[in-house]
Amino acid sequence: MPQAVAIQPALNVRRPGWRGWGLFAPMVAWLALFVVAPTAILLVYSFFTGEGIGEVDTHFTLENYRRIFKPVYLDLFWRSIVYAGATTILCAMIGYPVAWYIGRAPASRRGKLLMLVMIPFMTSFLIRTYAWFTILHEHGLLNGFLESAHLIPTVFSHPLNILYTPTAVMIALVYTYLPFMILPIYTSVEKLDPSLIEAAADLGAGPTRSFFRVILPLTWPGAAAGILMVFVPAIAMFAVTKIMSGGHIRLIGDEIQEQFEGGGDLPFGSALGMALLILFLVTYWISAGRSAKVLRGT
Amino acid sequence: MEHMVEVQSVRKQFGNFVAVDGVDLNVRAGEFLTLLGPSGCGKTTLLRMISGFETPTQGTIFLAGRDVTRLPPYRRDVNQVFQSYALFPHLNVWKNIAFGLRMKRVPSATIKQRVQQAIGLVSLVGFEHRKPSELSGGQKQRVALARALVCEPKVLLLDEPLAALDAKLRRAMQVELKRLQSRLGITFIFVTHDQDEALVMSDRIAVVNAGKIEQIGTVGEVYRQPKTRFVADFLGAANVLSVQVLSDNGMTARLSCDDSLVISARSGQLEPGSTATICIRPEKIRVSRSRPSGDCAFEAIVGECLFRGSSHQVQLTTGDESLIATIPCQGENDRPFAPGEKVFCQIESDDVIVLDSANRHSIEAPGTPRSQERQEVK
Ligand SMILES: Nc1ncnc2c1ncn2[C@@H]1O[C@H](COP(=O)(O)OP(=O)(O)O)[C@@H](O)[C@H]1O
Ligand SMILES: [Mg+2]
Repeated sequence: MPQAVAIQPALNVRRPGWRGWGLFAPMVAWLALFVVAPTAILLVYSFFTGEGIGEVDTHFTLENYRRIFKPVYLDLFWRSIVYAGATTILCAMIGYPVAWYIGRAPASRRGKLLMLVMIPFMTSFLIRTYAWFTILHEHGLLNGFLESAHLIPTVFSHPLNILYTPTAVMIALVYTYLPFMILPIYTSVEKLDPSLIEAAADLGAGPTRSFFRVILPLTWPGAAAGILMVFVPAIAMFAVTKIMSGGHIRLIGDEIQEQFEGGGDLPFGSALGMALLILFLVTYWISAGRSAKVLRGT
Repeated sequence: MEHMVEVQSVRKQFGNFVAVDGVDLNVRAGEFLTLLGPSGCGKTTLLRMISGFETPTQGTIFLAGRDVTRLPPYRRDVNQVFQSYALFPHLNVWKNIAFGLRMKRVPSATIKQRVQQAIGLVSLVGFEHRKPSELSGGQKQRVALARALVCEPKVLLLDEPLAALDAKLRRAMQVELKRLQSRLGITFIFVTHDQDEALVMSDRIAVVNAGKIEQIGTVGEVYRQPKTRFVADFLGAANVLSVQVLSDNGMTARLSCDDSLVISARSGQLEPGSTATICIRPEKIRVSRSRPSGDCAFEAIVGECLFRGSSHQVQLTTGDESLIATIPCQGENDRPFAPGEKVFCQIESDDVIVLDSANRHSIEAPGTPRSQERQEVK
């Protein structure tokens, strides 16, 4: 009976029963409530017209999106991309060796080292940012140390003025996002079979070529995850930049925050948010494509 | 003879643990040498010092006359086949095999030709674009082999490369590996804990025990003339007995285990009254129901009998001694012996191996190789 034959394979496919869906449901609910719904609201709002002081006219318009292309906002986007990009690169350069060190450490030590990486999460990020304030301040800990070590005025002619400069912003950004780079790379490094590194050396690859031909391609999934986890939030960063730059440096995140906060233009803020979302998707698409390519070995 | 690898008094310590304890080893060019020993005896550590992944605590390693003791692996003209194969999971078969040549900056036309050749050599034509994850164990093993061989190393190191294969495939690969080696003329240092594998493949075997080489010699030498109890036990089953030397006329020695069992051995230079250790291979004990002619026959009682397909394994008791004999299934032996049956055993004096023991060392002139002495007797 041909029908029976056709049905047979379908019986072998495991379909989640009601229990399976039951386990899945909380996550679906969570996603719907906190991700899909806000994004949908944002999308709808971005086509409305702002009437000032938080008031909204619900007539459809594309004006908000047109406004994004004004040079002042393009500048903000561009500056955010540059800061986020620089943060990502620095985090990768610092984070990779750290992740490597932890991943290659004896298994008994790894837990403690990971703990150290995660300690900053235990305090509020605003408090941590203000801690940098006390370090980088003109009469702060850094200059105090340099003076007591007699590096001022010998090496540096006068106390370092780092606070309220782009350097201070970069320090805070890298500091904030470094763990998000270290953790995913660590996961990849830990999974890497050490005999593959030996095989590379055995076949004549010195440390550099072994890194670029074997180690990096095989840990790329972790690095890609790290890049996403740093670049994406860093591009939308606000407050930290403002504090560290003393309000001199504004990024797109600060602009969005101001639009939503006290009497801003909600629809325009929504449109900026949507633009940021598109930027995230592009980033994701590029890095995922690159991951697939690396894993294919091309 | 030119030595391809010379290992001189090499010692390797991990903390307080001595993994390799003063090993001297010379490997000739083009030879198939096997390091044979139980798990944990230091075979891998010794191999890794030759490939450069471990640095000896003491001692020197020469490769083709050049001191390579402190050279990193990527500067040594040796390649290793790893037990886990260690194929690059992100590269396909072709790129895995080409890896070594690309690292050596060989022109791409040459790479193409040599990789193709290597793929043919290990019968993997048609698999070039597969990823390691799409290969069977045996195929992975071939890729690992091709990847190392394509570099034309001076020495190929193989660390239990067949251990992960099933028995049938392993036997096929043993033959294939051996054939490849003699065809290519590359020096092989092969690590295994499997004595059959060692006997099938090797030109010479170095038996390793607790970080030391117990004996090194051709397959025949090591099997027929084991020097120590460990070697005798490890290479094929062996009956090892402690005996009293009754007499030695320079040609034949008479040895007694206890009053009921007197054995003659072909060996000189045993001091009457001293003790010695002897070894008898189970297949060298002839068992029959009727009393054989000849003087070295003794009676025994059959204990446990095990059917082994092509042979019976019989436990024999005579006096206080217990022996194991292997009897091929043919002729009258086709009817297995029954437990409790009384049988006659015979051991040719040629088949009694006298192992090195303290008193023999004192008698032997220092440095006289035993195998040589044996040949003179014959
Ligand atoms: N890196 C290491 N650190 C500490 N001990 C080791 C290390 N490598 C090997 N050993 C020890 O040395 C001994 C010999 O190991 P190995 O050479 O791998 O033996 P084999 O290959 O003969 O089984 C083992 O007892 C092992 O535990
Ligand atoms: Mg081993």
